Amino acid sequence: MRAYMIRRLLLIVPTMFVVTLIVFFSVRFIPGSTIDLMVAEMAGTSGEEVDRDALERALGLDVPVHVQYARWLGVWPQRDGSFHGLVQGHLGTSLWRNRAVLSEILPRLPVSFELGILGLLIGLVVAIPIGVYSAIRQDTAADYVGRSIAIFFISMPTFWIGTMVVIYPSIWWGWSPSMELIPFGEDPVGNLAQFGLPAFILGMYTSGSMMRMTRTMMLEVLRQDYVRTAWSKGLTERTVILRHAVKNALIPVITLLGIMVPILVGGTVILEQIFCLPGMGRLLIECLTRRDYPILCGLNIIIAVFVLLINLAVDLTYAHLDPRVQYK
Amino acid sequence: MKGKIADMAATPGKKDREDREEKRRSLVMDALIRLVREKPLGVIGAVIVLGMLFVGIFANFLAPTGYNEMSLASRLRPPSGENLLGADHLGRDILSRIIYGARISMYVSLGSSGLGIVIATIIGIISGYLGGKADTVIQRFVDGWMCIPALFLILTIMAVVGPGLVQVIVVLGALYGVASSRVIRSAVIAIKENQYVHASKAIGARTRTILVRHILPNVMGPVIILFTVNMGAAIIAEASISFLGFGIPPPTPSWGGMLSDSGRRYMLQAPWMALWPGIALAVVVYGINMLGDALRDILDPRLRGRLGRYGRGKVAAASLSGRPGRRFKRGKAAEQA
Repeated sequence: MRAYMIRRLLLIVPTMFVVTLIVFFSVRFIPGSTIDLMVAEMAGTSGEEVDRDALERALGLDVPVHVQYARWLGVWPQRDGSFHGLVQGHLGTSLWRNRAVLSEILPRLPVSFELGILGLLIGLVVAIPIGVYSAIRQDTAADYVGRSIAIFFISMPTFWIGTMVVIYPSIWWGWSPSMELIPFGEDPVGNLAQFGLPAFILGMYTSGSMMRMTRTMMLEVLRQDYVRTAWSKGLTERTVILRHAVKNALIPVITLLGIMVPILVGGTVILEQIFCLPGMGRLLIECLTRRDYPILCGLNIIIAVFVLLINLAVDLTYAHLDPRVQYK
Repeated sequence: MKGKIADMAATPGKKDREDREEKRRSLVMDALIRLVREKPLGVIGAVIVLGMLFVGIFANFLAPTGYNEMSLASRLRPPSGENLLGADHLGRDILSRIIYGARISMYVSLGSSGLGIVIATIIGIISGYLGGKADTVIQRFVDGWMCIPALFLILTIMAVVGPGLVQVIVVLGALYGVASSRVIRSAVIAIKENQYVHASKAIGARTRTILVRHILPNVMGPVIILFTVNMGAAIIAEASISFLGFGIPPPTPSWGGMLSDSGRRYMLQAPWMALWPGIALAVVVYGINMLGDALRDILDPRLRGRLGRYGRGKVAAASLSGRPGRRFKRGKAAEQA
């Protein structure tokens, strides 16, 4: 167990290295440079000519890309000779706001987190009952109706449902979602009301794949010998399904949590945009259009670390729940 | 289990091969027959998918007007005899645009999941069959790739290569390819431990022969499932990319594009502009998903057992407890009895 954990933690290192490679270089290939955008904006506001080279130097974009990468990683000295990068725990400085990337991201973390968690919970509450029920009634009307509902919601793009939900109530009842974030600490009810709709849409969106997984696993478990034994002992349907089948069928569904995180992030990007929530997703889109490389990289690094840790936690709990699994 | 292995070992190679040949040829046929017989919802899905393909292929014969034929007179016209589904802000017939949109959705879904499945199969087979160092290195890359939100990867790559239909297909294909390779890899790992693969190796078959004759046919199940699942996801993804302004540029009539830009702007004055493409999109993706689910039920070996032992078990349980099948009339048990 300990050896397994150490090995898993060590495996995070090469994976994170790949992540830094993909993230750092993919954003640099985007045509159009930050410097051009900045020069254009400064010329627009103050009318002064800006010294491009000085700006480039100040932002550290004057050296070749691989040097920038090495500096960002923290394996190459900065201009003042110090090592100041990812390895030392620094995510760098935003190009536009001249603030540390971490202090840009941290206040937005709870917003996306709340939206993601609420969405996931709603998704689970919808997905598991439908999945279980449509498995034990495979190929009956109940199966078809239940699955149709869950599949229906992943058949529509979230942005479309989101827009409809924002626009029509505002015409019919003059209701529109708040443009300002309501902190949970000040007004818990208002906060939940604000997050309710986007979380519901996100939940319905994620429920489809979780429902599928639950159903498939239930179908598989129902064909197992121990379920037949349970039946032949004369147990009631309730006992067989809830105590014997569901318990085992849900274990693999947990692994979905790890896979769900990047999907949830994708969903929150669009929903934060529509519902004006100041989360990480909106930051991502903003920084993508402004080519704020350090924030883009920082965001993805943080998300990737989350994903890796959740996957590790999932694998560790997995073995607790399923005694057949052994760490090797 | 032991007897089975002994059986297999005792069977002469030729007959064995003929049997397998027979089975391989009939996989698709068998799946189709079972689909029609057992999965009405899957059949509905298949009809919807075939409908989309039909409309997409024959769009230029079916559409009343061209997809970019503007007319000022019919600007924002509600659904009527002349424009069955109304007209948009440039006076273009929405029905025609939806019909041509089916062609775009067809390109996107077939193209990107086709490309995706090729990439996934190549990565999955190399990684799963060769194992060892190659597997470790490839899997670290797949791990890293999967840790990054798909939407970020899509948007970044789209920003690099610029908007366009081909770009969308390639980007989504690459994305689904890497993500699906895991499934193929684990299927390959399970298959390569089979007795017949070891036997084939023992008689000196080349790696290529083993891959083509034994591994590839046996991963066809997951391949078909992944293909359909990705088809649906690709259509939604294309719509989302277009919504964020990185997708297929106008005037090409993609359903996602119709929903997002002008559709949203005129949602109050002309709700039909965003309504019809939304319905078309939802119906097609629903159909693809239902077809995919039905195929999974049929093709997944872990879900074999035609009528499900659940039904049989329930009858036994019911009769043992002295309640002869009262609650189970609806289920499979009734059919089987």
